Amino acid sequence: MDWQTLATQLFPQGHQITASDSFLSGTAMVGDTTVAVIGTTDHTPIGVEIALAQARAVLATVRDFPQRPILILVDTQGQRLRHRDEMLGINSYMAHLGKCIALARQSGHRVIGLVYDQALSGGFITSGLMADDCYALPGTTIRVMGLPAMARITKVPEERLIELAKDNPVFAPGPENYVRMGGLQAIWQGDLSLRLVEALAAADPLDRRSTLGLERGGRKMARPVSDAVAS
Amino acid sequence: MNSYLESTARERLALLFGPDNFAEWLPPAARFVSPHLAQLDAPTAFDDGVVIGRGVLDEKQFFAAAQEGGFMGGAVGEVHGAKLVGLLRRALVERPHAVLLLLETGGVRLHEANAGLIAVSEVMRALLDVRAAGIAVVVLVGGSNGCFGGMGIVARCANAIVMSEQGRLAMSGPEVIETASGVEEFDSRDRGLVWRTTGGKHRYLLGDCDRLVDDSIDAFRSAALELVAAAYDKTIPLTLAALEAEQHMLQDRIDRFGMQTEPMAIWRQLGIADPQAIAMLEADDFMALVSTSTARSH
Repeated sequence: MDWQTLATQLFPQGHQITASDSFLSGTAMVGDTTVAVIGTTDHTPIGVEIALAQARAVLATVRDFPQRPILILVDTQGQRLRHRDEMLGINSYMAHLGKCIALARQSGHRVIGLVYDQALSGGFITSGLMADDCYALPGTTIRVMGLPAMARITKVPEERLIELAKDNPVFAPGPENYVRMGGLQAIWQGDLSLRLVEALAAADPLDRRSTLGLERGGRKMARPVSDAVAS
Repeated sequence: MNSYLESTARERLALLFGPDNFAEWLPPAARFVSPHLAQLDAPTAFDDGVVIGRGVLDEKQFFAAAQEGGFMGGAVGEVHGAKLVGLLRRALVERPHAVLLLLETGGVRLHEANAGLIAVSEVMRALLDVRAAGIAVVVLVGGSNGCFGGMGIVARCANAIVMSEQGRLAMSGPEVIETASGVEEFDSRDRGLVWRTTGGKHRYLLGDCDRLVDDSIDAFRSAALELVAAAYDKTIPLTLAALEAEQHMLQDRIDRFGMQTEPMAIWRQLGIADPQAIAMLEADDFMALVSTSTARSH
């Protein structure tokens, strides 16, 4: 879904979101609450500039609009794979964005992530996955890498991976598998503006993902192992 | 032996804390094994490639984790990630003086890709919760696999990083970039370029690493203890002021160096008169040179 259609469905009262070099920012009303909207579009790769642009928008919200909820719209093909970005320390830019979102959460902002098209690897880990809760639209692409590339690197034949992907969510792309593993709260169906209202009401700063992964049977070890250490 | 590079994860912890002074949680005997590797006929390890536990340094309690680069490159799977999260959650309860993370990893373990990706984001959040509780986290990078992928992001969420020259810190590995964008973009066989781009000296000069040390575990220990002490002179949790300063620093870095294509050009811009000589310098000589130049972006 393109971001304009998405924004129209999310915000029936209208919005002031603009796109600039694949960076989305602005505000919209949800009932009588103003929500800050920050994100990316065009499946853009996340390089140092766009990571910093998102971080700047998060910091401005924390500084100037305490408690204002933040919606992070995710559409990225992952981190930008360039020598220049590595030379400049792209991991620091990604970490900075992640820390800014964490600061917002720790400062009392409810933060919701929504994957509306693509969410790959490093572009996802410091955006939607740093929110209180992350959701996705049906049919979105979420993965670390494609099965052909995974087959090359793991040296497991692609046919075998495709077969295994049928019952094991750890290999297979797609939002349903991320829901089973607890990485996503849910896939939004129906009236998206209502889903957003519900998500904002349910947002919880506690990281519940390993518990959800256990309850849903997609990640059976994460919670028991961390519990075995922590308690 | 005192080489950080050549030690295993357990040897590093034993040398860091002294023999028999590190108590491991979920040791290999507890048999916490990845549930996903066997179906791919991939080898498993009884510790899933990470050692966690506690020890005492300077009469203070520290929690520590060390990734084993010899097992699948130290990559993060479901169990591996959960051990790190468990350690950080336990820190919130027992409140050690600090947490040391000895990272050596290629990032997410592709054999359990989705679980690994979620796990890395859980580690990020758990680490920042520890900082929010006022407990310092310091990262050590000096293993032959470097610190890459999502764990390269985790490293920069800590209060401070100590690296050796041999340690590498980045996100996508040179081979990944070469495969995706071609050899003209990043030639992974050009070891000099790889080192200049991701190695400890470059990270120190840019300001992404707080201390560069020789490849010795004693040197890592002293630097880590100093960085923990220095962290308590500042504010451990995330603050708006600190992140605004970081925003400014990272923007300034793009403004100053964004047009460069070769790390040595950045070093020259930072005031290093003879960038070619940097590769040959031992850590102490390097630190001395940098301290007398105008180098380092913060």
